[in-house]
Amino acid sequence: MASGMLWASRAASCLRISVFHRGFSTVLKDLKYADSHEWVKVTGNAATIGITDHAQDHLGDVVYVELPEVGAAVKQGDSFGAVESVKATSDINSPVSGKVVEVNEELSNSPALVNSSPYEAGWIIKVEMNDAGELKNLMDSEKYSKFCEEEDSKH
Amino acid sequence: MPACIHELFVEFIVSVYHRHHHTYMHAFGIGLTGLVVALGYLMKQKNHHISLPLQLLLPRRFGITDSSFYVCGPALKDIKGKSPSLKFERRKKNTRPGILVRQLHIEEQLLRTSSENWCIINDGTNDPTIVMGFSGKPAELLEIESVLHDQVPVIRRFTGGGTVIVDHQTIFVTFICNKETVPDLQPYPRPIMSWSSSLYSKVFGGIGDFHLRENDYVFGNHKFGGNAQSITKNKWIHHTSFLWDFDVRNMAYLKLPKLAPAYRSARGHLDFICRLKDYMPRSTFIDKTVEAAGTQFSLRSLELEAVVTCSETEFRPSTRFLTNEELAAAAAAVSEQQLGLP
Repeated sequence: MASGMLWASRAASCLRISVFHRGFSTVLKDLKYADSHEWVKVTGNAATIGITDHAQDHLGDVVYVELPEVGAAVKQGDSFGAVESVKATSDINSPVSGKVVEVNEELSNSPALVNSSPYEAGWIIKVEMNDAGELKNLMDSEKYSKFCEEEDSKH
Repeated sequence: MPACIHELFVEFIVSVYHRHHHTYMHAFGIGLTGLVVALGYLMKQKNHHISLPLQLLLPRRFGITDSSFYVCGPALKDIKGKSPSLKFERRKKNTRPGILVRQLHIEEQLLRTSSENWCIINDGTNDPTIVMGFSGKPAELLEIESVLHDQVPVIRRFTGGGTVIVDHQTIFVTFICNKETVPDLQPYPRPIMSWSSSLYSKVFGGIGDFHLRENDYVFGNHKFGGNAQSITKNKWIHHTSFLWDFDVRNMAYLKLPKLAPAYRSARGHLDFICRLKDYMPRSTFIDKTVEAAGTQFSLRSLELEAVVTCSETEFRPSTRFLTNEELAAAAAAVSEQQLGLP
């Protein structure tokens, strides 16, 4: 049992999956998270943004993603697009401010990538950040996991 | 106090009607009304010391005919202690832009810019109008040739969900809530849908085997209410179009959707839907809906100011009519695809 747990922990670490795995939703260790359930992966000034596993699980099957135009400005906390899941449209809010440099065109044909691969193939936009200092307003994986647990336990 | 205001308002409307009855000679009251009734009820919610305010907009029920309608806008802030005043805007039957688009613009604006909670109950439109969801594709959902030939208006709304064809028989009920408003409710589609069905369970009280089936309101396995939602960072909207009655000919404008609920079992429109009027009088439905809302919210009186119009603010709604050109292009693209053309 102990060796199994150790293996699982090492595998989790290798795959960058948080050891604070919260049951049904996955949280990746190296990402930052907004309280509106978007994630951001930062490399220098470049940010890749999507919605979390928690979000896609609660939204249901995504049937459409409204993407912004390349070149559009985004602001931390503001909506830049939407996902539609069966009967509902849900805003997607940007975790960082900057300019959209790329959108995931694959989502036009395969919106379900947001469900099946929220952190990889289901990424939504890439942004050139204009204020890296804003990242301090976001949660790390540990805090985000606890945030999700608290949110789910309240309801 | 609230009863007096309501009675004064009724007297005012009746007096207007009698003075101008020659103008209003048609059989039905149509058009869209967002008629704010100053209820002035203050009811404490049972399990909470703090009342949760809900602004209520109700349809006119005074026999005004379809040559005109009244739109009243509520104040976006609550001014306590003053008598409510009403401001009327009267529009002709065929005024463009359409009344339904205006209703959806108001709802979208309240969702995006108001900090209040709202319940809006509206009658339908004069002419049959098709309303598609956020990502609806006309070629997949509509018999475009018939729609273009008969010049049926087509609207793309800001909420998700499927396609409906509405007319003066339809009843619209909308809830717009801050995400903290309903205790223990997660602001996601399924919990909101479940909450709404529990509210309407109080309205129907077991009549007709009412329940929520997948995402539709049904009696048995026949749909009479379609739902759609939009969820922002801090608020959500859930609105329903209730099939009070309908003209079977209008259903011919709609195709069988690809994304149909499983319980539909490939039934055609007429085998799938039913009429609310066969189960409950119209005024009873509205009264019971208000009553059900009152069990969860305190219904507050308002100081009424100008009609909410998009032109008065910077807000730009996304709901809009599709043009004939867009519909024709959609039909042409499908034809080309079928012919194997690039």
